[in-house]
Amino acid sequence: MKLTLKIWRQASKTAKGSFETYQLNDLHPEMSVPEMLDVLNEQLILSDKEPVAFDSDCREGICGQCGFVINGDVHSPEKGVTTCQTHLRSFKDGDTLVIEPFRAKAFPIKKDLCIDRRAFDRIIMAGGYISVNTGQAPEANSTRISHELAEEAFDSASCIGCGACVATCKNASAALFTGAKISHLAMLPQGSIEAGKRVKSMVAQMDKEGFGSCTMTKACEAVCPQGISVANIVRMNKEYWKA
Amino acid sequence: MINPKIPDGPLDKKWEWYIAKARLINPANRRKYKAIVVGTGLAGSAISASLAELGFQCEVFTYHESPRRAHSVAAQGGINAAKGYKNDGDSVWRMFYDTLKGGDFRSREANVFRMAECSMALIDQAVAQGVPFAREYGGYLSNRSFGGVQVSRTFYARGQTGQQLLQGAYQALMRQVALKQVQLNTSHEMMDLILENGKAKGIIARNLETGELSIHHADTVILATGGYGKIYYLSTLAMNCNGSAIWRAHRKGAYFAAPSWTQFHPTSLPQLGNHQSKLTLMSESLRNDGRIWVPQKAHDTRAPHEIPEDERDYYLERKYPSYGNLAPRDISSRAAKEQIDAGKGVGPMKNAVYLDFQTSIQRDGKETIQKRYGNLFDMYEKITGVNAYTSPMLISPSAHFSMGGLWVDYELQSSIPGLFVLGEANFADHGANRLGANSLLQACVDGYFIAPHTIMNYLAGEQPKQQVPNDFGQEELKLTEERIGRLMKIQGNKTAEQFHRELGGILTNKCGLAREKSVMKEGLQAIKDLQQEFYKYLKIPGSTKQLNMELEKAARVEDYLELAQLIFHDALQREESCGAHFRVEHQTPGGEAKRDDLNFQFVSAWEYAEGNFKLHKEDLHFEFIQPQERTYA
Ligand SMILES: Cc1cc2nc3c(=O)[nH]c(=O)nc-3n(C[C@H](O)[C@H](O)[C@H](O)COP(=O)(O)OP(=O)(O)OC[C@H]3O[C@@H](n4cnc5c(N)ncnc54)[C@H](O)[C@@H]3O)c2cc1C
Ligand code: FES
Repeated sequence: MKLTLKIWRQASKTAKGSFETYQLNDLHPEMSVPEMLDVLNEQLILSDKEPVAFDSDCREGICGQCGFVINGDVHSPEKGVTTCQTHLRSFKDGDTLVIEPFRAKAFPIKKDLCIDRRAFDRIIMAGGYISVNTGQAPEANSTRISHELAEEAFDSASCIGCGACVATCKNASAALFTGAKISHLAMLPQGSIEAGKRVKSMVAQMDKEGFGSCTMTKACEAVCPQGISVANIVRMNKEYWKA
Repeated sequence: MINPKIPDGPLDKKWEWYIAKARLINPANRRKYKAIVVGTGLAGSAISASLAELGFQCEVFTYHESPRRAHSVAAQGGINAAKGYKNDGDSVWRMFYDTLKGGDFRSREANVFRMAECSMALIDQAVAQGVPFAREYGGYLSNRSFGGVQVSRTFYARGQTGQQLLQGAYQALMRQVALKQVQLNTSHEMMDLILENGKAKGIIARNLETGELSIHHADTVILATGGYGKIYYLSTLAMNCNGSAIWRAHRKGAYFAAPSWTQFHPTSLPQLGNHQSKLTLMSESLRNDGRIWVPQKAHDTRAPHEIPEDERDYYLERKYPSYGNLAPRDISSRAAKEQIDAGKGVGPMKNAVYLDFQTSIQRDGKETIQKRYGNLFDMYEKITGVNAYTSPMLISPSAHFSMGGLWVDYELQSSIPGLFVLGEANFADHGANRLGANSLLQACVDGYFIAPHTIMNYLAGEQPKQQVPNDFGQEELKLTEERIGRLMKIQGNKTAEQFHRELGGILTNKCGLAREKSVMKEGLQAIKDLQQEFYKYLKIPGSTKQLNMELEKAARVEDYLELAQLIFHDALQREESCGAHFRVEHQTPGGEAKRDDLNFQFVSAWEYAEGNFKLHKEDLHFEFIQPQERTYA
């Protein structure tokens, strides 16, 4: 199949970027989007041009390293899928794909489609953990946790930290990311003791990083590849007022 | 003969006594010592957090943008522990036995026993960190079975066990970063190891965003850099997984053990096209309920549902009735290859076998199956566009896990003093074949429970260095700069990716699931030719002082080309079959691996010598269990 690609090119963090157009002819529907860019890059390199810098690692939707906006869709035109799991069969022969990086003040562009998401690490650093040292743990079955609660905690904990929620939000809010971690830890008995301190400090860090505020449009939930629910944001707010 | 420094005493007391006798450093003095940790997967994050909690300073490196992206994140199925919650006869001793046998009696008894022994505390630790393992309705932890065992000792968090464990370790690490006990360098790749008086004392790192090279000094260096199965190009590993950190250490004197022992996972998705960059794994847990089959007739073109029961061959159930679809990985992968080679492969490229859930859906209902594997079925559909509730999955063996790695002794110390190697990067516990769900465990216990003691024991004999000499690392820095310059200057007409793809093709065909002397000799020559071509025709665009992913790849492929040669040497030298290492010349009449304990009951540990690797042997002594023929029939 054939596709026309309009890709955001930006040499460095401070350089001015613009779209460039490329034509690819020999594509196959079973290829993934990163594999399509591999083909493009090989052609660019061999014709003495700079390849497109883009991030991807696991290519199976779990590491959170990939992610672009394609024709206005964050990650993918398919629902609940990362960019690396989007295959060309999601597009039609002859389509034009406009590909650009996730955009948010807190995620500066490093080069082309690569962005810096370390703000997320700093939010976790601010309290996204249970304070337990190696060796302190009691026997695992000594605290029973109901099946339902374990499943609910898993749902919140399944975030892959890709940043799609921020990229799709008109305020570039990180409420879903932060809320998911806060909920995961607060709902478990092991994590509830520190819940108050945790929520205050993580929310403060989120604001400090320059993420916007949440106005509950639920756009984030719609693009999250793990289907994380906005109920996590509600829970974060509740924990915050409690604290 | 090399000495693994196994402590004296009965098997179940060795570790306890080691800890009791290990040297300690008083808490106030610990902060004077610094450790460099390379890698933030389970092993790296766990050791960094644990050392920092003890009061040591740590400087941590990962080429990833965030520690949370390490490839441990991709592990799906689960983690083993001998908790014995099921009353099904499990114990540390049984886990020890299963692992030793699973590894085809090519691992060290003392190490394997210790891993099983530490497994219980690991589950406790993970739960305390908030890892949401699956629970039963009564609130207790749930278990399932993995290949190669007859008990249920696998703990899991849906199909994302690695991700959840890594979250726990990553969060513990970030807590120490916040406390300023750990200095974290993300987007930094280790380029070389620095020795001082023969001891590991530092590394050269390259900032991947700016291209800047820097020198880092410490009192010990810990490599937790993961597996190198990506050398086969098509594998279940992430695109950036590589063997360079351990290869660079190997070039500096660290012995490389069993480099050719790579596990091929039986349930990955088959290759579907020529541009494919990786193969996605479908968790082995699916084999609990899925049945593997091929058509009895070769070149059968009928759709699966058109093939009646009596014309199907459920070959694993037939050949290994007591383990059936849960036969260990090496055996299952080889059996699949046998069927595919016999013309019974299915799917568009005839390179796959069926994994069928019809029987279990009929028995337990779709809902139950959905509950157990829902996300795996979704993933399958996302990738292939096929609904596996109605038609069987297509699966195929794929390069997956490196049993081989840097040789380490009982203390996880390599042959270079002060260089410790943890997790998949070392050769220690899995012998010639790793059992499913044992490697998350190994990475975790290495990091949380073993290395903190052995590293403290080592550091207690070292004077912490406060003053670093001016010329420290300058030589290595210069050599790294020159190396990068050399690669950049070639300016040929082939990309690093193209070389990697070719390299992977050669390895898969000539040193993959089945290995034969004459074929391997061809393979070795092909790699040497490819290496020469690499130095003539490599093309790297851009410059060195910027984000340049092609340069990163090229440096890794350069190391792979050397490592590949060692892989061939190792596989050629071992004139026996064991575990994943199947020499066509050495098989039983039934086509199973035939070990030669008389001549090969040792670990091959290779010393680097430019173009001429030197073999050292670590004899394996079995005091507690006598090696037997490994049957799963
Ligand atoms: C798809 C898949 C599924 C799996 N499922 C299971 C399972 O269900 N159960 C199980 O027990 N095991 C499973 N495994 C195996 C298991 O996940 C790995 O063996 C284990 O996670 C390895 O952990 P690690 O800490 O050693 O390495 P990794 O998690 O791979 O971490 C390596 C780290 O080293 C860093 N690094 C590497 N080189 C450099 C360098 N030169 N400079 C700087 N940083 C560097 C990387 O950035 C990364 O942080 C699976 C593996 C795969 C691929
Ligand atoms: S590359 Fe890992 S999630 Fe897409």
